[in-house]
Amino acid sequence: MEATPAPAIEVRNLTKTYREANALDSVSLSLEANRIYGLLGRNGAGKTTLMSILSGQGFPTGGQVLIHGKDPYENDGTLARICFIRESQRYPDDFNARQAFRAAALFFANWDQELAERLIEDFALPTKRRIKKLSRGQLSAVGVIIGMAARAEITVFDEPYLGLDAVARQIFYDRLVEDYSLHPRTIVLSSHLIDEIANLLEHVVVIDKGRIILDEDADSLRGSAFAVTGNQEKVAAFIEGRRVLHRDSLGSLASVTIQARLGATERAMAAELGLEISPVPLQQLVVRTTMAAQTEPRGDHYQEALK
Amino acid sequence: MGAIDDSRPIFIQIAELVESEIVAGTMAEETQVPSTNEFAAYYRINPATAAKGVNLLVERGILYKKRGIGMFVATGARDQLLGKRRSAFAAQYIQPLAREARKLGIDAETLASMVRQSLAADAAEGSVR
Repeated sequence: MEATPAPAIEVRNLTKTYREANALDSVSLSLEANRIYGLLGRNGAGKTTLMSILSGQGFPTGGQVLIHGKDPYENDGTLARICFIRESQRYPDDFNARQAFRAAALFFANWDQELAERLIEDFALPTKRRIKKLSRGQLSAVGVIIGMAARAEITVFDEPYLGLDAVARQIFYDRLVEDYSLHPRTIVLSSHLIDEIANLLEHVVVIDKGRIILDEDADSLRGSAFAVTGNQEKVAAFIEGRRVLHRDSLGSLASVTIQARLGATERAMAAELGLEISPVPLQQLVVRTTMAAQTEPRGDHYQEALK
Repeated sequence: MGAIDDSRPIFIQIAELVESEIVAGTMAEETQVPSTNEFAAYYRINPATAAKGVNLLVERGILYKKRGIGMFVATGARDQLLGKRRSAFAAQYIQPLAREARKLGIDAETLASMVRQSLAADAAEGSVR
């Protein structure tokens, strides 16, 4: 292993206020280079605000942003190494896709035209039609192609899939894994389709009401929560003292999602009690954690307990 | 090869999938295993996660690295894995089976004869293949 390089992006105590509302509330994050991050959260949680600051395009009200260890607002070179594709990415009115790609090729030093051509074909994108006239899916494809072919050291995609059908999304994910394997870079993906991207992520950040409620390696999250199902009283006895993320019940049957790492002894004990233990998929874990955070005064509880 | 499920650490699943191929004999000893990027593309997972799974098997002596070429299945890997699986067999399969049998009121004798029948049927099927 090489010595740990400076994080690709580091933010400390970031605050962003719009009029009265806190869009970001004291956010601190460190994103390591050459990893794929998932930024998840509900609508209005602060994802887009955070992403535009992470990519040096938005100014925080307070706090500090360092990109490759430097202040992005004072270093001209930094921004050309970052590609941020917004969900509502704008292009000049009279541009067609071909022109947009040509402009991107000038801006991004690592631009790969071959990859762009291949993606144009994959998405069957009409390159001579004005971007204004494209469908929502085709517009997303333009963004995806720029984001991928730019091969920027830091690539940020804000819900890049809007309007893309399932096949086109799969093409995006496949090409992303493939190209990232050959050209590792720091990628931040925000998405509501958690189950679709879960396996691509190395690290998951969940934001809620402007605060980070989860910042954890994806694989250590998997297996950090379980659903315990069975007789209500036995379930209650088994889960005592553990943090409950969710409860369901049906008659005398209860199913409770708890945050816990269960060892062999505990599993044997559950089996002895006739309880069923089932793992919780990442998507559900994120949903449960977000819901639990909204009913609890502070969200960092989960973070603490994971350590 | 099977599919990845999203509720368990993926690197462990990758290690298990490779182990299963070795046990089944599809990945023979001293042959090269797919690269991290091939695993990533095939299972649509993060390459770093695939690498973590492969490295786990290197640590356990199941795979070894040939510099500049790639990962290979170690000699003795299959025996090692068979031993491990046999010792986990009771906890993984027999205990749940016994528990379910008790729940359904199937006694030991009936259960034993069911297992014998199943084994015989499986052997017959295997010889047809």
